[in-house]
Amino acid sequence: MSEVPALSPTLARRLRTAGAAITGASETQLVPQARLSGPMPWVIAIMVLLTAIAAAAGLALGNLAAQASADLAGGVTVQVVNAAPGARMRQANDALAVLRETPGVAQVRLVPAAEVNALLEPWLGTRSDDPAAADALPVPALIDARLDGPANAAALDRLRARLAEVAPDARVDAQAGWLEPVFAALDALRWLAVALIALLALTMMAAVLLAARTALDSHRGTIEIVHMLGGTDAQIARVFQRSIAIDAAAGGALGLALAVAVIIALGRRFEALGSGVAGGAGLGWVDWLLLGLVPLAGVALATITARSAVLRALRRML
Amino acid sequence: MTGPDAEIVRFDNVGLRYGTDKEVLTDISFTLFPGTFYFLTGASGAGKTSLLKLLYLAQRPSRGKISMFGTDAITLPREHLPGFRRRLGVVFQDFRLIPHLSAFDNVALPLRVAGVEEDDLRKPVADMLEWVGLGDRSHARPATLSGGEQQRVAIARAVIGRPDMLVADEPTGNVDPDMAVKLLRLFEALNRLGTTVVVATHDVHLLRKVPDSLIMRLDRGRLSDPTGALRYPPRRAGLVPSR
Ligand SMILES: Nc1ncnc2c1ncn2[C@@H]1O[C@H](COP(=O)(O)OP(=O)(O)OP(=O)(O)O)[C@@H](O)[C@H]1O
Ligand SMILES: [Mg+2]
Repeated sequence: MSEVPALSPTLARRLRTAGAAITGASETQLVPQARLSGPMPWVIAIMVLLTAIAAAAGLALGNLAAQASADLAGGVTVQVVNAAPGARMRQANDALAVLRETPGVAQVRLVPAAEVNALLEPWLGTRSDDPAAADALPVPALIDARLDGPANAAALDRLRARLAEVAPDARVDAQAGWLEPVFAALDALRWLAVALIALLALTMMAAVLLAARTALDSHRGTIEIVHMLGGTDAQIARVFQRSIAIDAAAGGALGLALAVAVIIALGRRFEALGSGVAGGAGLGWVDWLLLGLVPLAGVALATITARSAVLRALRRML
Repeated sequence: MTGPDAEIVRFDNVGLRYGTDKEVLTDISFTLFPGTFYFLTGASGAGKTSLLKLLYLAQRPSRGKISMFGTDAITLPREHLPGFRRRLGVVFQDFRLIPHLSAFDNVALPLRVAGVEEDDLRKPVADMLEWVGLGDRSHARPATLSGGEQQRVAIARAVIGRPDMLVADEPTGNVDPDMAVKLLRLFEALNRLGTTVVVATHDVHLLRKVPDSLIMRLDRGRLSDPTGALRYPPRRAGLVPSR
C-alpha cells in the first residue's frame, strides 16, 4: 500500500483562514458562465437605452427652460395700439423718452417697423413698404425694454403709472409672462422624464432580481456545496455579483451606445429646425457626463440587487 | 486527556425531528475524542445520515446540546460556521460533486475556498487524485465518471484539506471490496495524522478491518453503547481495541 499523499502543514493551516477570497480563475468558474446568452444583458441594454433617452430629454428641456427664462427675465414689451399712425408714432416716441429716464430700466429700444413686419410675416403675409398699404392693417408699435430687476407685477405697475399720461394706448407686459404656459408645460415634461427614469429603475431592479433568483435556483446545489465546504456568504455572493456585473456592463455599454446614436440623430433634427428656441435645447458636457453615469448606475444597481438576493437566500441555510 | 479540551465533539441528550414528525434521533449522548476512529452502524433508516448532518453542522437539533471543538455549536453565530466547516471533511452519501467542474476542480474546491494559491494546490490535488486511482481522469466531469469513481472524488475532496474531523456517509457503498479496503487505509492514514474519523456504514465486514476503531450503533434513532466506551470514554480512546 502506497503512502498517503502528504499535505504540507502550512497548506493545512491556510485552510483555517476564514474569509479568504476564492482565487481569481476559480471564482469565475464556480458558476458556469453563459455570458450574453441569457436575457440579462439585453434587458439591461434596453433599460439603459430608455433611461438615457428619458434623461437626455429631461436635461435638454431643462437647458431650454433655463436659457429661455434667462433671456426673458427682466424683459418687458410695451405695445402702443392705436389705429392712427401719427398718434401711434408720437405715443411710442414719448413712451421711449419716459422709459429712458425711468430708474431701473437698463435698456430700451424701439423695435423698427421692418422687424415687426418680419415677425408678423408668417401670419399676415409679406407687406409692401407702401405706407398706405401698411396703414390699411395697423400694426402696434413695439418697445423692447430690459429691467435691472425681475419684471414682476409691482415693476410693471410702476411702468404703467409712468406711461399712462404720455402714452394712454400703451400696453405693458412681461416677456416671460407670455411664455408662462410654455414654461409650465416644459416643467411638466421634465417631471415626466424624472418619473419615467424612476419607473425604469424600478423595472430594472425587478428584472435583475428575477434574473438573480433564477441563476440562484439553477445553482442552488453548487451554492450549498460551497457553503458546506466552508465558503463564506461574502465569497459566494461575490461569485454571483461578479457574473451579473459583467452581464450588466455589457448590456449597459450597448444601451448607452444606442442611446448616444439616437440622441445625436434627434439633436441634428432639432438643429435643422433652425429655431432660436430649439437651439437652446442642446446638451452640455456635464449633461453627457450624467448620461454616461446611467449605465454605471445600472451596473451598480444590478450588482447590489444580485448581492442582496444571494445573501438573503444564503441566510436561510444553516 | 480528559476534560473539555480533549474532546472534539460532545452530544448531550440530543433529539432531532424533521418538521412535526416523530423524532428520528432520540436521547443521543456521546463524546468523540481527537485522533479516534469511529464507525457508525445501524439499519437503513436508523438515522445515521441524520446524526452525521448534526455532526457536520448542516442541521440543528430539535433539543439537547452539541459542542464542537470546545464551543457550543448550537448558539454559534452564523459567521463562525465557515471556520468550523473548514476544519471538517465530509463525504456525503450522495457525493454532492459540482457537475460542471472537473474531478480536479472538485477536489481543489476546499483549498480554493480557503484561499490557497493555484501554485500551492496543483500538486497536492494531483497526488490525491492519483492516490484514489483517478490520476488519468482528473479532467473528467462527474457525469462521465462511474458511481465508484465519483465516490472516490468525493473522498479525495473530503480529505485534501487534512481536516480535524472527517465525517463519511457510506463512503465505500459504490466501490469493490479491494477499493473499499484501500479507501479505509486512506482514512486510517489520516487518522494517524490526528484526524478524528467517523464512518457511517452498514457493512459489518468493514468494521473488522480497522482494529483500533470504536463502534456507535444506531437502532431506530437511539444510540446503543454496548461497551460504554462512548458514554464513559477510555482515558486514551485510541488504545482501546474494538470488539
Ligand atoms: N429531510 C428529511 N425530512 C423528513 N424525514 C427525513 C429527512 N431525512 C431523513 N428523514 C427520515 O429520518 C429517518 C432516518 O433517516 P436517515 O437518512 O438518517 O437514515 P440512515 O440511517 O442514514 O439510512 P440509510 O442507511 O438508508 O442511509 C428516516 O425514517 C427518514 O425517512
Ligand atoms: Mg444514510
